[in-house]
This record gives sequence, C-alpha cells and structure tokens, in this order.
Amino acid sequence: MSDSYYGRPIVKQPVWKPEVAVYFWTGGIAGASSVLHGVARLTGNEPLARRALFIGAAADAVSPALLVSDLGRPERFLNMMRVFKVTSPMSVGSWILLVSGGASNTAAVLELLGILRPVKRLAELVAFVSGPPLATYTGALLANTAIPVWSEARDELPWLFGSSATACAGAAATIATPLANAGPARRTAIGGSVAALALSATMEHRLGFVGEVYRQGEAGRYGRIAKACTAAGAGLLALAGRRSRTAARVGGALVLGGELALRWSVFRAGFQSARDPRYTVEPQRERLARRADASRGAARPPA
Amino acid sequence: MSSTLTATYGDAAQPRVGFFTDTSVCIGCKACEVACKEWNLVPEDGLEWTGESYDNTSSLGANTWRHVAFVEQQKPLRLADETVELGIEPLPLRWLMESDVCKHCTHAGCLDVCPTGSLFRTEFGTVVVQEDICNGCGYCVPACPFGVIDRRTLPQSSGDPPLALQLLNRQEDGRVWKCTLCYDRLKDGHEPACAKACPTQSIQFGDLDELRERADRRLEKLQAERWNGARLYGRDEDDGVGGFGAFFLLLDEPEVYGLPPDPVVPTAYLPRLWRSTALAAGALVVGLAAAFLGGDE
Repeated sequence: MSDSYYGRPIVKQPVWKPEVAVYFWTGGIAGASSVLHGVARLTGNEPLARRALFIGAAADAVSPALLVSDLGRPERFLNMMRVFKVTSPMSVGSWILLVSGGASNTAAVLELLGILRPVKRLAELVAFVSGPPLATYTGALLANTAIPVWSEARDELPWLFGSSATACAGAAATIATPLANAGPARRTAIGGSVAALALSATMEHRLGFVGEVYRQGEAGRYGRIAKACTAAGAGLLALAGRRSRTAARVGGALVLGGELALRWSVFRAGFQSARDPRYTVEPQRERLARRADASRGAARPPA
Repeated sequence: MSSTLTATYGDAAQPRVGFFTDTSVCIGCKACEVACKEWNLVPEDGLEWTGESYDNTSSLGANTWRHVAFVEQQKPLRLADETVELGIEPLPLRWLMESDVCKHCTHAGCLDVCPTGSLFRTEFGTVVVQEDICNGCGYCVPACPFGVIDRRTLPQSSGDPPLALQLLNRQEDGRVWKCTLCYDRLKDGHEPACAKACPTQSIQFGDLDELRERADRRLEKLQAERWNGARLYGRDEDDGVGGFGAFFLLLDEPEVYGLPPDPVVPTAYLPRLWRSTALAAGALVVGLAAAFLGGDE
C-alpha cells in the first residue's frame, strides 16, 4: 500500500461530458462507414455503398455537434481551427473530423441530388482517406493523457477503437441493407466485434493492477454489457444474419449497443482510475524500481 | 531551454525563471494562498472543514493556484546522529508543510495537448493560459501529470456572486485556469505575489539556474544536519517532464505530499502512439476490404 495525501487524487478527473463518449462512437461509425462505402463502390455493390455513405454522413454530421456541446465555451469552437498541433491528438482529430465530415456530407448531398458527379467522386475519395484515422485517433486522444488506465493502454486503445468502429459501421449497414447486398457489411460487423472483444480482453489483462477498474463500478458494469451484447450480436449475425432480415437487424442493433457500452466503459474507467491515487503512484513506483534495477545492472562490472 | 526561448522571442527572450519551494522552512501560514488569490482575483472555491490537519484547501485547481499541504507524521525530523549526544531520544513526530504550485514543466503536457494554442510558453519560460482563447475543451485537465490545471466552476451556494466576478464583470466561466507565475507582475519586473508574501523565504523566486544552485547548497546543508528524508523534487532536467520550472525541497517521498513520484509528460509516448494509430487505421482498411472477399450476399 503506497503513501498518499489523505487518499486524495493526484491527477484530475477529466471534465468531459457524456457527449464525448458518444462522439467516440459516432466518430467511429462515420470513419469506418466511409471506408465501407468506398470499398462497396469499388466492388460495384451500389445498394450497400449508398447506405454506408448516408450512415457515415449522418454520423459525421452529428459528431461536431456533440463536441461543441461538450466545450466549456461552445461559442469559441472555431478556436480549434486556429492552429494545427501534431502534439495534440485533439487538434489533429478536429482537422480530420472537419475534412472527413465535409467530404462525406458533400458526397451524400450530391448523391441525393444526383449532380456534379466528378466532385462527388473526389469527395468520396477524401472521405475514404480521412475515415480510418477518424476511427482510430480517439484511442490516441485518450492514451495521450496522465490518466493511468488510458495512458498505460496506449498500445491497445487505437486498435480497440478502430475495431469497435469497424464493428459499428458494419452493424449499421447490415441493419439498413437488403440481405442480397449486406454480406460484406455483416462480415465487417462480425470481424470487428471479434477483434474488439479480443482487444478489450488483452487490454484489461495487460493493464494488470490498473486494469482492475474494468472490474469495478460503472466501467465494470458497462464493460460486461458491452461484451455480452457484442458477442450475442456477432453470434446472431454469424448464425442467422445471412437468411433472416430480422436476425440481421437485431444482431446489428446488439453490436451497435454493445460498442456504445464499450466506449462508455472505457470513458468511465478513466474517471475511476483518476480518483484513486494508488493507480497513479504504483505504476510510477514500479517504473522507478525497474530503472533502479537497470542502472544497478549497468553499474555492475562485466563478468 | 533558453535557446528555444531565443528562437521564439528573439531579443524579447528572458532568462527562464521559476520557484524553488523549500518546504523545510515552510510554517504553513498560507500567506501564499491568500496573496495569490488577491493578486490574481481568483474566486472562492468553497469553505469546508476537512479534518485533514490544517489543510482546508485540499488540492490545486482552477480556483486554487497555491495550496499548502499539511502532513502529521510519527517520524523524527532528524535522524539520530552518533556524533551528537543529546541525552534524550528525539521526538518521533513532525509536521510537514509544503506550498504546492504549478510546476511550469520544461515539457508541459497541458501546453502540448492544447488544441487552440491558448496555453503557451512565455518569454520567461513559464506556461500560461490565454483566457481569451481557451474554449474549455478540457484536454489539458487529464494531460497534467500533477493534476494542477482544471476547468473553473463556481460555488453556487452563496447568494452573491464572488467579488472577483463583479470586478471582472463576467459571467463565469467554462475555461481552464492555473498559476501564471504572475505573468503580469513579471512583465513589470516584480516577483510573483506568493513569493513576495512568503515570510520565511520558503518560496524563492528567481532565475532557474541560480535557484538550482541555491537548492543544491541547501540540500547539502540539510543532509549534513541529518534531516530525515531531505531531497530535491523536480530539480533535474533528466526527469519525465524535462525538469520543473517550479521545483521543491521535500522531506519525504513525493506521494506523501500528493505529488507523483515519477511524472512523465504524456506526449513522451506520442510518436509511438501515432505510429500505432496509423497502423490501426491501415488495418481497418485491410480488414474491411477482406470482408468483401465472400461476395455480396
């Protein structure tokens, strides 16, 4: 048991509102949907391409609203565009969201109107390129903090969020697309779900002592909901999603809900790990001990 | 550091300044807390009895830029010394006091992650929030390894708005706030309000290079006098934040005072994190494309 100052936290809890966790989910749907749309277009699966485009554009349109409403000074949201800072995943992400949202919404509007085909193609290309980083940078955003359960998960979070985004984009398109064209979306949902389940298990295991927040409180509760819903949804899609539209819809909804719960679990885990100073102190003490061991080893004369 | 300042500010660059807070002479008078609040018009942050020694301030935050920590310990202030025969056992009891403040890190997490450029490094090498730029995104709050900076909310309990708000004529607030190392006073050649008010020179302000030398001499003296646990915290440039602009002489482990034992700026891992983010983005495309191999149905 390490010392502490009256058990008070060392790092501050984030001040982010629930909108931010919801944005991680919508931003992921937007980013991965743009890719799903692009590949569907290339393979000539037009019904799927159209639906993925509209889903992505809708998620891209909701995302900035969620982020602006989280700001302490929403009227100053444009200040995000004053600078581009590679040291700030939020700065980089704001620009990615601006480009991706602008492109996917332009493409969606032009698709609806059926005009300006070359401009639409260009917009689709831009959305396709900016989609993947939109789906994964949010993992970097959380990992680039002093919050123990986020920063110690720096090797998993971008992958976990990318998988979760893939699962969601696939699930949303599976719900919306007729069975004859929904195959790739269904397989995307199943593959993304399996990857997200594996990655969250890996992350929780590798976090060790700090990872125990994923077994406690809200993070634990929503983590269990996430795993149950995602596994059930992916299972249903795999077993019956090919034959039954109802099964495809229910399975897709379970995956979408499960992945929203996953984002919420990771989000709340950060708050929980900030509240207890042991999660801050003990990994740092271990690091210091490792460094001391290493320097003692280096100081020892060669045998 | 100074070469960076010169590159940015040219002739306007100043020697890097900071604080050396020597907790061995702190008497816990909280004059620093009061002077800081008064000079910087920092609003009230709640009046609560914590029962935690004499500390009713509890931690640094948006409305607390100096915080005096009080620790009551069953430990001797000095280690037994066989060269001095006292004839009595030293009393195993000491009362530690430490005036905490923003560290003005060489590699500052808050500054690195600020997406608006509101947080910036001044010509004195200090880290300051430009309140007319901050849009309250809150990213700096969890990015600080010390839990210093926070978003300002005001206690709604009392009927009248705090005096500071009336003076500033503002509806608060939603932005983040922290110690500015009295940037306005520095510009006019004054020392920060807390250092000015400190009656024991526990808070020493000056050029960082000189403060470090002074701290080394002080540590040597305390160690020679066998003070229990005397150490410098944040003095060296090879730590995880490149050294503090405001560093400390402590008498126990940092966590005893509520300070992290091995703080590292989050962006230290960022190159690896960006690589991993890019790889994950690439894998997303490959994985998604693979889902199309089985045909449309």
